[in-house]
Amino acid sequence: MTEAVIRVESLGKDYDTPAGPFTALKEVNLHVGTGEFVAIMGPSGSGKSTFMNILGCLDRPSRGRYFLAGRDVAGLDKDETAQLRNRTIGFVFQGFNLLPRMSLADNVALPLVYSGLGHAERREHAREVLEKVGLGRYADSLPSRISGGQQQRVAIARALVNRPRLILADEPTGNLDSHTSHEIMQVFRTLNEEGITVVLITHEPDIAAFARRQVRFLDGEIVHDAPTPTHQATPGEAGDRHPLPREGGWGEGPPC
Amino acid sequence: MLGAMLHEAWRAMGANRLRTLLTMLGMVIGVGAVVLMMAIGQGAQYTVAQTINSMGSNIFVVLSGFTTTGGVRSGGGSAPTLNVADANAVAELDGVETVAPVHWGSVQMVHGPNNWNAWVHGTSPAYFDARSWPIADGTAFTDSDLRAATRVAVLGRTVAQNLFGEEDPVGKTFRIGQAPFTVLGVMAPKGQNLDGRDQDDLVVMPLTTAQRKVFGTPFQGSVRQILVKAVSPEAMPAVEKAMEALLRQRHRIREGADNDFTIRNLTAVADTAAETTRVMSMLLGAIASVSLLVGGIGIMNIMLVSVTERTREIGIRMAIGARERDILAQFLLEAVIISVIGCAIGLVLGVGGAALVNQLAKMTVVVSGGSVLTAFAVAAGVGIFFGFYPAKKAARLDPIEALRYQ
Repeated sequence: MTEAVIRVESLGKDYDTPAGPFTALKEVNLHVGTGEFVAIMGPSGSGKSTFMNILGCLDRPSRGRYFLAGRDVAGLDKDETAQLRNRTIGFVFQGFNLLPRMSLADNVALPLVYSGLGHAERREHAREVLEKVGLGRYADSLPSRISGGQQQRVAIARALVNRPRLILADEPTGNLDSHTSHEIMQVFRTLNEEGITVVLITHEPDIAAFARRQVRFLDGEIVHDAPTPTHQATPGEAGDRHPLPREGGWGEGPPC
Repeated sequence: MLGAMLHEAWRAMGANRLRTLLTMLGMVIGVGAVVLMMAIGQGAQYTVAQTINSMGSNIFVVLSGFTTTGGVRSGGGSAPTLNVADANAVAELDGVETVAPVHWGSVQMVHGPNNWNAWVHGTSPAYFDARSWPIADGTAFTDSDLRAATRVAVLGRTVAQNLFGEEDPVGKTFRIGQAPFTVLGVMAPKGQNLDGRDQDDLVVMPLTTAQRKVFGTPFQGSVRQILVKAVSPEAMPAVEKAMEALLRQRHRIREGADNDFTIRNLTAVADTAAETTRVMSMLLGAIASVSLLVGGIGIMNIMLVSVTERTREIGIRMAIGARERDILAQFLLEAVIISVIGCAIGLVLGVGGAALVNQLAKMTVVVSGGSVLTAFAVAAGVGIFFGFYPAKKAARLDPIEALRYQ
C-alpha cells in the first residue's frame, strides 16, 4: 500500500447551465498512490476533463473531498492552491501551451519565477531539465522553431522543473502523430519509473496502454478501474527507439 | 522576481512595438503639455512677482483731486489739493515708514545733439526708499538739495541712454529749456510696470527744483501725489483709515462730502495681478491635464486589449502557479512602465518646448524641479490608476476558461 498522492471521496461537480443545473460528476471515489501511472479514459462529456481540473486545483468540487498529498484542498485559499499548482503539480496540456515569445529556457523556467527563485538558479534548473528531455541545445530558441513533439517535450520539462510529485497530462498526445505520441509516452513512462506519479487523460487505447492502471469515466462516474492488461503494454516495448537521446538519469527502463 | 517581471514587461511591450509607442505617445503629449503649460504659467507668475517687487512694497499712492473746467473733469492729480504740509502730517501717523510728495510733469530735455521727452518727478530723497529703487551709479540728491532747490537730477536708465548714449552721465549736465541740470546718479533699471509702461523713462529731482525751475507751479508746495510707505502689510488697513481721516480733517471736508483726493493701495492692485496670473496658470495646467487624462485612458484601452489577447497566456501562468497578485503586478508594471517612459519623453519635449517658447516668443518660462517631480508622480499615478482595472481583470480570470481561450 503506497501513500496516497490523490485521494478523492464522494466527489461531485454541478454546473449551472442555461438549460438548468447539470451534474458533470456524480460521485467519484479514487485513490492514486505515489508512483502510480494512471490513464483516465472516457468519451467526451463523461466528466474526465472536469475531474482533471479539480485534480489540478483549477476548479473546486461541489461536493465531496479531495486530498492532494494528504492536504484537504477545500481548506486552501487561492494563493495556497496557486502554490500547490506551482510546487506539487506539473501540468502538460494537449496544445503544449508554451509562451510564443519566450525562449525555451525561459518557458521552462517560468514556474520557478512564481516560486521566487533568482535568475541564475532559474536558468540552471531550466537547462538541467531541458537536457533531460534532450533539447538542451535549443535552450535559446523560440517555440515556433521546433516541432510539435519537441514542444511537448519542452512542456514536460516545464512541468518537471519544480520537481513535482504529480504530473497531470490532459491529452498530451492529442496533437501529435502516433510515432511522436509514443515517444512522448515513453518520456512519461520513464518519469514514472523515477517515482513521479503520472495521471493522464486520453481517449486513445494505445496511449492508455502505456499506463499501469486505466480508469474509465462514463456519465460522471467511474465505470472501470483496473490495471492495464499486460498484453497491451507492448507499445511501450520500445527498446529500439531512442526517445531520450541523452544517456544517464533516464535509462530505457523495461516496460511494466 | 522583479527583475524577471521587468524583463517580461519589456518583452510584452516589444512584441507590439507600434502599439506600445502610440500608447506612449498619449502620455508624451499629456506630460509635455502639462510641463509646457506649467512653465508658461509659472513664467507669467514670475514676471508679475518681479514687477510687484519693482513697485516697492506696502505702498499707498495718494492722488490729489481733479479740476473741472466747463464740465470737463481732468482726472486725478490735476487739482492742487495736496501739498507738502499734508505729506508731513501723514508722515507723523502710526505705521507710516516714509512719505515722499511727488509733483510731475513731462518735459523736453537736451544734451548735446540728443533731446528726449520724459516724465520728471519732483520729490524728496525718501522717494528712492519708498519705491525700493536703488541708485546704480553716482548718488541720490539730499535734503540740502531739496532745501536749496539745486539744479540736480537722477536719471532713469532709459533717459540716460537716450540723452547720453554710451557716455557715463554722472557729473555731466543736460538742459531743460535754457537751465542746466547736473546728473548726480543713474537709477537701477526697473523694467515695465503692471500697465506695461517703461518705469525707467523718468528723471527724478528735488521737489523744490522741479516746482520753481521746471514747472513754475502757481501754487507753491502743492503736489500731485504723495507716496506713503507703511511699515508692514499688516499696518496698511489702519494707515489707510488714519490717512483718510487726517486728510479730510486737514482739507476741512464736511461729513458726507466726497474726498478731494484718492488713496490707492498698490499692494492690493499687485495682489490682484498676482491672483490673476495664478488663476491663469492653474487654468493652463488644468487644460493640459485633460490631455494627460486622455493619455491615461489610452493606456487603459490598450491594456484591456492586451489582457484579452493574452488570455491564454494568463491561463497558462495561473496553471503553473502564478497567484492573482503576480498577474496583477505583471500588467500593472507594464502600464506603469509605459506611462513613466512616456512621461520621461514628454518631460524632455515639454522642457524643450518651453525653451523654444522662450526663444521665439520672448516669454519668461520657469521649469521648476517641483513641476518635474509632479509630472513623474502623476505619470506613475496615471499608470497605476488606469492600469489597475485591466490588471485586475486579468488577475480575476478563471484559469480553466483562460486556458480554453483561442
